[in-house]
Amino acid sequence: MTVEELALAVGGEILTAPENAGRTIGSAMTCDLLSWVMARGKADMAWVTVQTNINVVAVAALHDMACVVIPEGMRPDAPVTEKAAEEGVVLIRTDASAYSVCCTLHTGGVA
Amino acid sequence: MSEQILTEVFEVEAGDFVAAGAASAQIKRILKQLSVNSDLIRRAAIISYEAELNLVIHSLGGKLILRVMKDRVVISTEDVGPGIADISLALKEGWSTASDDIRSMGFGAGMGLPNIKRNADDFEIRSAAGSGTTIVTTIYL
Repeated sequence: MTVEELALAVGGEILTAPENAGRTIGSAMTCDLLSWVMARGKADMAWVTVQTNINVVAVAALHDMACVVIPEGMRPDAPVTEKAAEEGVVLIRTDASAYSVCCTLHTGGVA
Repeated sequence: MSEQILTEVFEVEAGDFVAAGAASAQIKRILKQLSVNSDLIRRAAIISYEAELNLVIHSLGGKLILRVMKDRVVISTEDVGPGIADISLALKEGWSTASDDIRSMGFGAGMGLPNIKRNADDFEIRSAAGSGTTIVTTIYL
């Protein structure tokens, strides 16, 4: 499953770095503790989190993640999307729940 | 002591959450340019990010230092205080002195120092309440 396919399947909007939306998602995680994600994050991962602060971008960029999905109708502020665009981090926002996004990832073959 | 390839010093300001992670991103870029193995870069990124965030959250400001030698990468921090009263507690997973504001940002889970220690081949910490904290971590190449 690619990042673009995920965005479409969850009725999401790609907010940043659409040039990287063709990346294939290798794994997924949902968690709002940044140190937890820092410890267990991987390259090509899709990370589902309701955190919308700028440090989410730093963690995703350091791990070279495929995308960050912000569920539950949350929306990051402009400085966060600007930073994500600068770092090439794909941010997707959706009204779907975190659980629903994870189900979609599973159905899409992400183990 | 093996031959030193480079040293980079990054100043980290207390409380600057907007810039937090910038020094770690730079460290990752440098290690990539030096063609360091990707697993070691991942470990170095975890160490440097947690160390950088510790400086932002808990210190009064300090330095994040990268030293690359032929056989090892050394990432260290030196801060100007306020120091850690009980190092063994600070190293315990789940223990944190972070405020509710910091926790609401997704930090303060008490995983910073344990994450640093877990990803380093060698780990040293020196601190006392009222003085600065020094952390030295080594990853062997």
